[in-house]
Amino acid sequence: MMRILRQAVACIVIFTVITGVIYPLIVTGFAQLVFPHQANGSLIIDNGKTVGSSLIGQSFSSPKYFWARPSATSPTPYNAANSSGSNLGPLNPALAENVKARITQLKAADAASKQAVPVDLVTASGSGLDPDISPASAEYQVARVAKARNLDETKIRELVVKLTKNRQLGILGEPRVNVLELNLALDNIPNK
Amino acid sequence: MTYGIIQIVLFLSVVLLLVKPLGWYMARVYENKPCGLDRILGPVERAIYRLCGVNPTNEMGWKRYTVAMLAFNAAGFFVLYALMLLQGFLPLNPQHFPAVAPDLAFNTAVSFITNTNWQAYGGETTMSYLTQMLGLAVQNFVSAASGMAVLVALIRGFVRRNSQTIGNFWVDLTRSLLYILIPLSLIIAILLASQGVVQTFKPYPTATLVEPVTMADGNSVAEQTIAVGPTASQIAIKQLGTNGGGFFNTNSAHPLENPTPLSNFLEMLAILLIPASLCYTFGKMAGDTKQGWAVLASMVIIFIGLLALCCWSEQKGTPQLISAGADLQPSVTQSGGNMEGKEVRFGIFNSALFATTTTGTSCGAVNSMHDSYTPLGGMVPMWLIQLGEVIFGGVGSGLYGMLAFAILAVFIAGLMVGRTPEYLGKKIETFEMKMASLVILLPICLALIGTAVAVATKAGQAGAFNPGPHGFSEILYAYSSASNNNGSAFAGINCNTPFYNFTLAIAMLGGRYLFKILVLAIAGSLAAKKYVPASAGTLSTSGPMFVILLISVVIVVGALSFIPALALGPIVEHLMMIGR
Repeated sequence: MMRILRQAVACIVIFTVITGVIYPLIVTGFAQLVFPHQANGSLIIDNGKTVGSSLIGQSFSSPKYFWARPSATSPTPYNAANSSGSNLGPLNPALAENVKARITQLKAADAASKQAVPVDLVTASGSGLDPDISPASAEYQVARVAKARNLDETKIRELVVKLTKNRQLGILGEPRVNVLELNLALDNIPNK
Repeated sequence: MTYGIIQIVLFLSVVLLLVKPLGWYMARVYENKPCGLDRILGPVERAIYRLCGVNPTNEMGWKRYTVAMLAFNAAGFFVLYALMLLQGFLPLNPQHFPAVAPDLAFNTAVSFITNTNWQAYGGETTMSYLTQMLGLAVQNFVSAASGMAVLVALIRGFVRRNSQTIGNFWVDLTRSLLYILIPLSLIIAILLASQGVVQTFKPYPTATLVEPVTMADGNSVAEQTIAVGPTASQIAIKQLGTNGGGFFNTNSAHPLENPTPLSNFLEMLAILLIPASLCYTFGKMAGDTKQGWAVLASMVIIFIGLLALCCWSEQKGTPQLISAGADLQPSVTQSGGNMEGKEVRFGIFNSALFATTTTGTSCGAVNSMHDSYTPLGGMVPMWLIQLGEVIFGGVGSGLYGMLAFAILAVFIAGLMVGRTPEYLGKKIETFEMKMASLVILLPICLALIGTAVAVATKAGQAGAFNPGPHGFSEILYAYSSASNNNGSAFAGINCNTPFYNFTLAIAMLGGRYLFKILVLAIAGSLAAKKYVPASAGTLSTSGPMFVILLISVVIVVGALSFIPALALGPIVEHLMMIGR
């Protein structure tokens, strides 16, 4: 019995060293050497300033920016230090109320729009940090952004199409538009 | 829609293509034959035995094997528990997290040694890098290896004749880690890092927001702190070992834990890879690979059926979303459907596929929030857990659970024709039947009794987050998940309370260790038996008839046990949804 206990303790110590120290150090060393950008959070540096991560969404509410999906993180939306979904059940009245309020907001920002509101633009993502919206949600906002920026709709639409990511390897996932990248590109359009 | 189906077909094809090579390789590993990697790692393996004082040729009877397994898991518990209580004083804690509260640390330590990875905490707000890497990730490896060891012992029970021994636990553990889990994890971790899963020891970086956020109290927030850490290394084994404990609170929905559709594909593949391949390993070691394919076929058929229900229900969405004014219609520019709690890059199909995969196995990682699924869509993961985690199941644990169902199936077939049942040349007698029945009933009882206690007490009722039947579903899901060592949740439930931390820990311990002891008892009893050659009256356990029989037994047991409880949760919720 004592022998088994000794073996158990020795085993957990050795495997802690192998799988808890050596293994993560090898992965870290390799990742930092070969994929340093990805391994450190895919940060976007603009003029020496970190403006975000291309994988982490940010909250936008001005009409001149494309809006991201609602986020359920607290205390602020898109709090990347505390990811969270809403966990609202499908029949929870709060869910329907949130969706309605969001639709009201979208309509108020663009009273002229007659388009149907894509579901991803009015529902909270699982992580609360979803960097993407569907191409439909981007198209829904093109007219509003163009008006707020006093730019031609086609110009905005071109930019959306250019930044739309298709299915990975042509098959995997869903087509999507990265909101932060799109808004940064918008800000870089030179003023007329 | 079409793309969704193509992706599912592609995914299952890749899994099935890898079953034979990996299954064959693992059989070599467990039969102690040259497997290629032993040329490089053989000296490491021998050094480990020397340092631990293990004689690898020393065979163990089932009782000794059980004691070794329990002693090893207990040692792991104390290391992990201590790490969490002491993390405030230890290095690699750039965010200066204090000690984990004792009840939460107890729950978490139990959760990770039992391969459950139920998480009553958010990783990025609770655990230091050191705790994650040296504690949680290590248990991701060794709890998986423990499960594989017990499976191999059970297979030896079928294979050996008139034998008092079923192998050496230390050898099975070491070989599982060195030759299977660590090499595969290295490959997956590096592939995940290439996609954007973070792997760093630096503190959380801060970004200046493009547009500052105004909070409800009028204050403005201009910065975003982005949680990072040594994530890729942990996520690889989290998936491969069917552990499921996320580095971040939202698990594989978090963009830095699962950034792209390709990383999602790899993570799903990593979940099914070992459990599916072990079916082939089983057949190979038993000397008849058809036996393994038959078991695998049963798993795949149930999997596809329930996956279809989940996809359909999530794509359809709810009348509540539609009447609120959202457009749920799928098109080339949006996936549509019930997107609450789901990520745009995964859409409906990859979320439903991940949910089905993670709950059919005992993984419990999630890439979407199951709590926000439609009633029937959310019932699929819950019921898959309640079936006993045998639809592929956990690494090792899934197949030994399924073999208990196979024993039950041959017994029922034997009753029909009035013959002593046999499986793989071993007579199934009273002792094996008693143990197999207990194996099947144990998690069911733990889940239902736990739920009953919770809904009957104030402390339990306080946990429900959503109103109505959905709140009941949250509690039922929690105890089903803990008893079957899955670890996923209807995550709205407020479970970081002494009541839930303690009762769920009991469910996890019972569901893991009593279960394993019963399985090892079967292994010991079978190993001692003599071989009975198949005769004209023996039921073939490798043909389509047996596949149908096995599927029926799994479904009937799962349905009889849980339909009354499900009727109070998702089923009545579905009726309420369509009724208005």
